[in-house]
Amino acid sequence: MHAPDGFIVGPIALAAGAVAVGGVAVAVPRARRQLDERAAPMAGLVAAFVFAAQMLNFPVAGGTSGHLLGGALAAILVGPYAGLLAVAIVLLVQALVFADGGLTALGVNVTTMALVTVVVAYPLFRLLVRTLPVSRASVTAAAFVSALVSVPASALAFVLLFAVGGAVDIPLGTFTAAMGGVHVLIGIGEGLITAAAVAAVVAVRPDLVYGARGLDLRAAAPLRGGEAAGAA
Amino acid sequence: MAREGADPVEGGARRPLGRNFFLGAVLVALLLAGVVSFYASSSPDGLERVAEDTGLIEAADDHALAESPLADYGVAGVEDERLSVGLSGLVGVGITLGVGMLVFGLVRRRGTAPEPEPDERR
Repeated sequence: MHAPDGFIVGPIALAAGAVAVGGVAVAVPRARRQLDERAAPMAGLVAAFVFAAQMLNFPVAGGTSGHLLGGALAAILVGPYAGLLAVAIVLLVQALVFADGGLTALGVNVTTMALVTVVVAYPLFRLLVRTLPVSRASVTAAAFVSALVSVPASALAFVLLFAVGGAVDIPLGTFTAAMGGVHVLIGIGEGLITAAAVAAVVAVRPDLVYGARGLDLRAAAPLRGGEAAGAA
Repeated sequence: MAREGADPVEGGARRPLGRNFFLGAVLVALLLAGVVSFYASSSPDGLERVAEDTGLIEAADDHALAESPLADYGVAGVEDERLSVGLSGLVGVGITLGVGMLVFGLVRRRGTAPEPEPDERR
């Protein structure tokens, strides 16, 4: 969903840049409180993984593809603040090194793909994890749902920016329906990849999943107890 | 939350990240970006497709760094597509990991243990 330069007019792209900078400014001191000598390299790993996963466009309907955005995954694994920074780092590297995502659109892209995905996915993930029975399956399911929802949410955030500052006059209903529809499909892929990645980390190192802190996943999964004990 | 016990998964002592986990995760990222990426769909993504269908694509400007050596996930001058995208992916993982470790290393607090989450307090 990387917007190139030109889709959103300058002033609105600049305003989105201010929102993105504001988000990062809020996140840095809060991430500082969450990051220790263990979580800091984990956040670096998450950024590298999200970069890799974003290269893997998967086909959705009608000659269209999608790729992981990663905000939900990053927030679940390293917390919302470090997660936001991790995805922002990915978007920065992509724009500066790989010419993917316009330089003046960087604020738009950080806002839609890092900020909105994290702000939507993480509270939803925590709500689901607190509501569902404590188990590894619940964590996986919560990861799937929250990641799925984060993608159309991100698309709608782009639609909002487009409504205010779109460079071309397109009926908003048409644009919204098209963006929403295709990004629900892409969201299913986002949900599957996020659920698989979170489940993989839970299987080997449940203690590293920030969003599952405080949940005793070992005791809550008696059928898989041997796996948890053997993972050390 | 009663069932969110005070006893964290590993029984209180915080295990370090561990070399095996770190190297395993890096290896997975390198495999995805360096090998699997060749098999990724080349169809336009959701936004690009909608932009093509609605005419918004006409407003797209060329990327200011379109001539950079790794633009569009290829290595300039490498003809073989598999090698080109794979190498760019490996470099990208390396750069992202490096920038990430640097940024998070600078951001993180030092010395003391992290603040416990409210859920973890005994």
